[in-house]
Parts: sequence; C-alpha cells; structure tokens
Amino acid sequence: MMTFRELFASEFMINLVVRALIVGLLVTLCSSLLGVSLVLKRFSMIGDGLSHVGFGAVALAAALNMTDMKLFISIPIVIVTAIFLLKLGNSKKTKGDASLAIVSTGAVALGSLLYNMSNQRSSDICNSLFGSASLFTIGDIDLILSSVLSIAIIVLFVFFYTKIFAITFDENFSKATGINTNLFNMLLAVLTAVTIVLGMNMMGSLMISALIVFPAMTSMKVCTTFKGVLICSASVSLICFVIGFFAACLLGWQTGATVVAVNLVAFIGFSVVGKSRRKVLQ
Amino acid sequence: MALISCKNLTLAYEGKSVLTDLSFDVKQGDYLCIVGENGSGKSTLMKSLLGLLKPASGEIVYGDGLRQNEIGYLPQQTEIQRDFPASVWEVVISGTLGKRGLKPFYSAKDKALAKKNMQLLSIDKIKRQSYQNLSGGQQQRVLLARAMCATTSMLLLDEPVAGLDPVVTAEMYKIIKELNDNGTTVIMISHDIAAAAEYASHILHLHNKHLFYGTKEEYIFSDFYCKFCGGDKK
Ligand SMILES: Nc1ncnc2c1ncn2[C@@H]1O[C@H](COP(=O)(O)OP(=O)(O)OP(=O)(O)O)[C@@H](O)[C@H]1O
Ligand SMILES: [Mg+2]
Repeated sequence: MMTFRELFASEFMINLVVRALIVGLLVTLCSSLLGVSLVLKRFSMIGDGLSHVGFGAVALAAALNMTDMKLFISIPIVIVTAIFLLKLGNSKKTKGDASLAIVSTGAVALGSLLYNMSNQRSSDICNSLFGSASLFTIGDIDLILSSVLSIAIIVLFVFFYTKIFAITFDENFSKATGINTNLFNMLLAVLTAVTIVLGMNMMGSLMISALIVFPAMTSMKVCTTFKGVLICSASVSLICFVIGFFAACLLGWQTGATVVAVNLVAFIGFSVVGKSRRKVLQ
Repeated sequence: MALISCKNLTLAYEGKSVLTDLSFDVKQGDYLCIVGENGSGKSTLMKSLLGLLKPASGEIVYGDGLRQNEIGYLPQQTEIQRDFPASVWEVVISGTLGKRGLKPFYSAKDKALAKKNMQLLSIDKIKRQSYQNLSGGQQQRVLLARAMCATTSMLLLDEPVAGLDPVVTAEMYKIIKELNDNGTTVIMISHDIAAAAEYASHILHLHNKHLFYGTKEEYIFSDFYCKFCGGDKK
C-alpha cells in the first residue's frame, strides 16, 4: 500500500510514474483505435493470440539473458506471427480458430518452460502475465517506440479515416472499387503487433488484448456511428487506464488486472445504459 | 466493342470448378440478368467480374476504357455485417472512395453526389440514422446508393431485392430500370425470373455448368425458361 504523497515523494518517483503513465496512455490510445477495426472485422482473437506469442518471445529473451533487448526480440517475432495469422484468417480452408489456439497455447507453454529453465521467480512469471506493478520496467526505449507508434496510428486514423471505415465495413466492395485492402490489413497486423508488445510490459500478456477488445465493445453499446465509436472508444479507454493505473500503484495491485477490471465496470455500465436507451426508443 | 467480354472463362475455388467455359459480352447500356439456382455460381461470376477472384482459365477483357474503379457493386446481403455501427451518410459516401486516390477527406463534389443519390432513392430523410437500425429494404437502398456513388457507368447487383416486400421490390426494379434508361449498364443477379424477363435486355442462365446466354426474347422461347416457370410456353 502506498499513498499519493509517497507515490510523488521524490523527483525520481515522479519521473518514473510520469513515464509509465505516458507510455500507458499512448499504448491505450493505439489499442483502442486499432481495436475498433479489429473487433468489427472479427479479428479480435488475433490480438489474443499475438499477446500469447509475445509472452513466449519475452521468455525467450529472458532465457537468452537478453532481457534488456526484449523489445527487439519480441517485436519481430510478433509481427511475423501477426502476418501469418492474418493470412490464416483470410483463407477459408484452414480451421482458423483452432490453429490460432494451437499457436497461442503453444507459445505460452514454451514460454513458461523457458522461464523455468532460466530460474526466474514465479512472481516474475505472474507479473509478465498480469502486468507488473513495478514502474522500473519502463525504459526510454519504450517511451520512444510508443510515441512513434502512436503518432503513426493517429496520422493513419486521421488521414485515412474514410478508407479505414470503408474497408472495415465492406472489404469486398472496397477492393472492387480499387482500394488496396491487402496493404491496409498488413498495416493493421503490424501496428497491432507493435502495440501489443509495447503494452505487454505494463499490462501483462494475458491482459493486453483486453485493451483492444473492451473499449470497442463498450462504445458500441451506446454509439451508432463509426466516428462516434472511435472517439468514444479512445476516451473511455484513456479514462479507464488512468483510474486503473493509479489504483494499482496505490494499492499495490497488478496494473493489467486492475485496468481490465475498470474496463469491465465501464463495459457493464455502458451495456446497461445502451439497453435502457433502446427500451426508451422503442 | 463490348464493355466486358468473358472468353472461355472457368472459375474455381481451390481447384474445384464452379463454372466452366463461359463466354459472353456485355455492351454499353445492356441490362443483363443472371439467373440460376442456389450454388450455381452467380455470385462467384460476379466476384470475378469485380476482380476479387482470378479466373482459373480464360479471360475477362474490360473494353471501352472501363476501369476497375468505375464499377459499382451491391453485395449479396449475407456478406455485409448487419450490426455495424455506421450512419447512413457514412455508408453512402464511402462509395466515392475508389476514385479519390490518396486524398484523405471527402470533397464537396463527393458530398453533392452522395446527397443526390440519397434523394434519388428517397433515403435523405434517414441520413443521420444508424445503419443497423434500418429495415432490410432501407439497408438495400443505402447499399444501392453507395454503389451509385462509385459509378454511373456500370452497376453489379447481387440479389438486390432479396428479402424485400413486393411493393419495395417493384420500386427497386423501377429505380434500377430508370438508371439503366439513363445509360448505366446493369448486371443483376436475381431469382425472380419473371422480373428478369420483364426488365432485362439480356439473360444469362447458369445451370449445372451449362448455360443459356441471349436476349430476353430468345430466352422466353428457350427450354430453360420453360423448365423454370412450369412449362407454360408463351
Ligand atoms: N469462398 C469459397 N470457397 C470455396 N467454395 C465456395 C466459396 N464461395 C462459394 N463456393 C462454392 O461455389 C459454388 C457457387 O457459389 P455462389 O455463391 O457463386 O452461388 P450463387 O449462385 O451465388 O448461389 P445463391 O443463389 O445461393 O447466392 C457453391 O457450390 C459454393 O459452395
Ligand atoms: Mg449468391
């Protein structure tokens, strides 16, 4: 347990808190925007699969004694997996969901075996699954990468908003009228992969995909236009993150689990509001 | 010269052929109706005309300067998500995207076009409403308006009247016929052979990989028409 005063006791602590907060907010923003497209395209399970693979990749980095370099190991691995899963999802022949389950459970299994071999404490494994409460894990490199990533995603969503809408709504129509949908899907996969790896550190690999799914689902309960869903999704997830982040810091809970719990409350709240509003309309 | 000409076209999914050796031409101003039972490959043919599916053999030649982004498309209903959060306006105007290249925002011209098409289909009153709360007939109109935003030269319609009541169906046929009279080439898939015989200029009938292709008049006197309409030869 910590009080607000302790949290902001020294300049050193303030620095850490602010840095973690910024990275968290940026990753939250990215995942909430990407999530709208992913959820509507029925790709949300891919986010889940990727985070499990990310867990495996971080474990690999730990086993190789290269924990400092873990971003550079896990980002390429997760990007390649994302592209692979996207191809899998597009082909009708393969049993996409079953293959996805194999990829994600396999990655988690191998990952935890690697953790065992490298003699990590079980609290480390727990942290990497549910998000670490320790603020020391957020490095400069996280800060730089997440800034670059979120700038890229914001530019994409502002300037290509109309195309993103069209491709998400009806991919065949967009393709038929000459929009490069493959490029967009690839971009979506790569950006999702990077977002997941960056967010995993703080949120934990079991929890990060919630940041993708929850905000979109929550805002779809009340918003009925695409633009509305995007804006609502971004705002809800940022607010939930701030609440969850400070609650976790002050109470010493796992960040990821706390943020997801706050998101869950928001989801239930929005569902109730949406339902009662629909009743009024009828 | 024809707008689209298919030469010995064979279409297949993963090696399993759906249509074999199909040849026909679509000319400027034609109203082609594609009929045939479920699973006979109508939607598959349309996908290949749209460039979404590569022919296994044979070729599709686009003539008279018809470019791919000059085709408007109304997909078969099942392919669209009915619970998508979007306003009617967002859906209709997204039809103009194909010809815009990399420009990020809708221009005044795009907006005017979308407005005009919405008025034409009398959906301008529900512009701000949510697509997911519309009735099936309204949704079809919205999608037709979107297709009309994509082009005025050619419309490909996959079962545009499926699930509509008789009144709305008749209205839909009238709208499509008017578009055709104003010079738009129409290719329409339909299960409604009577309507096809009434409105279309040409009929393509797919059946067990055999087919009939010809003008409406030829079709009415063919065996295909007899078989499907209970044998009352006119
Ligand atoms: N993506 C696909 N992969 C493999 N086979 C497919 C695919 N889509 C359609 N088929 C098969 O191709 C055949 C033709 O399908 P298509 O959708 O073109 O029929 P249709 O004439 O449009 O039928 P309907 O009247 O029901 O719309 C069917 O036997 C179907 O099983
Ligand atoms: Mg069909």
